Amino acid sequence: MTRQPVAPRRSSAPRARAKSATPAGAGPQAVAHVGDPEPAHLRDLLGQMVLIRRFEEKCVELYSAGEIRGFVHLYIGEEAVAVGVNAALTPEDSIVSTYREHGHALVRGVPMDSVMAEMYGRATGCSGGRGGSMHLFDVSRRFYGGNAIVGGGLPVAVGLALADRMRGDPRVTACFFGDGAVAEGEFHECLNLAAMWDLPVLFCCENNRYAMGTSVEHEQVQPDLALRAGSYGMPAWPVDGMDVLAVEKAAGHAAEAVRSGGGPHFLELQTYRFRAHSMYDPELYRDKAEVEHWKERDPITMLAGRLRAAGELSDDDLASIEGKVAARIDASVTAARAAPVEPVEDLTRYVYSPRSS
Amino acid sequence: MSGNDTVKTTYREAMRAAIRDAMQRDDRVFLMGEDVGAYGGCFAVSLGLLAEFGPERIRDTPLSESAFVGAGIGAALAGMRPIVEIMTVNFSLLALDQILNNAATLQHMSGGQLNVPLVIRMTTGAGRQLAAQHSHSLEGWYAHIPGIRVLAPATLEDARGMLWTALEDPDPVLIFEHGSLYNMQGTLAADAGAVDISSAVIRRPGADVTVITYGGTLGKTLSAAEELAAGGIEAEVIDLRTLRPLDDATFLASIARTHRAVIVDEGWRSGSLAAEVSARIMEQAFFELDAPVERVCSAEVPMPYARHLEEAALPQPERIIAAVHRVVG
Repeated sequence: MTRQPVAPRRSSAPRARAKSATPAGAGPQAVAHVGDPEPAHLRDLLGQMVLIRRFEEKCVELYSAGEIRGFVHLYIGEEAVAVGVNAALTPEDSIVSTYREHGHALVRGVPMDSVMAEMYGRATGCSGGRGGSMHLFDVSRRFYGGNAIVGGGLPVAVGLALADRMRGDPRVTACFFGDGAVAEGEFHECLNLAAMWDLPVLFCCENNRYAMGTSVEHEQVQPDLALRAGSYGMPAWPVDGMDVLAVEKAAGHAAEAVRSGGGPHFLELQTYRFRAHSMYDPELYRDKAEVEHWKERDPITMLAGRLRAAGELSDDDLASIEGKVAARIDASVTAARAAPVEPVEDLTRYVYSPRSS
Repeated sequence: MSGNDTVKTTYREAMRAAIRDAMQRDDRVFLMGEDVGAYGGCFAVSLGLLAEFGPERIRDTPLSESAFVGAGIGAALAGMRPIVEIMTVNFSLLALDQILNNAATLQHMSGGQLNVPLVIRMTTGAGRQLAAQHSHSLEGWYAHIPGIRVLAPATLEDARGMLWTALEDPDPVLIFEHGSLYNMQGTLAADAGAVDISSAVIRRPGADVTVITYGGTLGKTLSAAEELAAGGIEAEVIDLRTLRPLDDATFLASIARTHRAVIVDEGWRSGSLAAEVSARIMEQAFFELDAPVERVCSAEVPMPYARHLEEAALPQPERIIAAVHRVVG
């Protein structure tokens, strides 16, 4: 059976290069109790998760109808991670993401119309139709992709953070990657370098238990990924990635520590992908029972249940959230279908920058 | 320009002067790489710069090519102007993911939202008995990649002048420094500065044959041309300087005068930069040619250690002379 999420804990590994700026008792359990979050805030988080879920369900429908193509990697089941981490960031922070990034882009505020248009390969897409599902970019929101080489985004995140540190900008770079990236050399190079230089990176490992079709037990001799990260001298702990509030709290603490000069931090966000790896995956590598087990901890159902139990979410509230989301998605599809494509004459644009000479 | 004031210098010192100049002109510029600081650079290019600029701007990195090249990309995206030094072209393969999948690609993949003003310097080439993992000439591979600019400074002027222009370029620039050139001595104008990084140049005029080369084989080609001149053949020697994008016009114009072409390239022959230049000549100057294009490249072996084998593997003046005789004869 799958390893269940465990309670957050402080990495047992001490910081090899501990510095005084490291907050004492780094770890989510050290956060002062701030009382229950406002119901309005919880409903907002719920709405963001529903937005991602329904957007991707629409993508499946459009893919089946042949309207969108390429690889489409669904985030369904993992929404609490993107929503919880993003809630802990400011617009000044930077995000580097993976090819499973629809959710990260949408909660970051990349307009849904431009994301959907990118799925359609249109000129109005956030990457002008040159990126597709795996390469969403929005520099105005400091959203740096959309990187489809596993582990390849980490060095870029380290560099963004290096520039911030050299200039004294109090910014956090949140870098998302999966459990598969932990087996890549770039992961180890980057954690070492970020810790060596005390760079303001929040490493967000989305451990959905599978590197495409290979389970974490079959790819990692030490599957405790937070323990691995801790060996690079940075605070690192596992987080229940199906509980958006746990994610928000842990990310909030970690981001604040990073922002205040505490060096890089690492979150192992334990989550699960409910759908196939991509649209081409027959899922031969895992039991249906395992999938069903994890669906019992669906992040949307869990938060909705919590709100209902507290009397803070009525059927009408939920219908209102769903209705608004559906309308936005429908509008984005309508707009994308009608949007222009890039002219073929512009095929080789954006290979080199325009030059004055 | 004061004109006549010159200084004696070396290729290494010219490169160091270029880095120092860039650091002084623009505080966004910094240098990072393996042993660039305390050690002074594995080929002593950055010797003394740590004391001058401090460890924030002269950054020693761990042996993590992918991480520090990618960090250069990220810092460039954030508005810095990093110079990343990689010890040798063979080591750059450990960073090829970042160079190709990110530096060269981000602008296009993001629909023009990003550009990567990064300069990567590395040593290339053979001739120092460093065997098969420190000696190859892979700049032709890099010249295959759209989205980057590839430079091969072969003279003191270019060693001194290409870096600043590269740093002003909005896109990634790779500078290949042939390892045999660092000790090259000569004189340089005291006020030498930035040079163009778009054009090939004629290093020696001649009417009988066009010999096209770059980087570490420029010197050998010029030696061959002197020997040929003694025998009555005047070779026009063209230094490509910029391997991507290639300046076709300069060599095509020369071939329109000489009607004969030899290409000298230290890369392996198959799929080489020499093959690309040859194809362009065939496509654009076929009817100008009085003889088939000849190529002088490295033998298709991993570079051997023993001196006589290494020398046999590399383009040498006598092979260049023989190739010229074949096209002129």
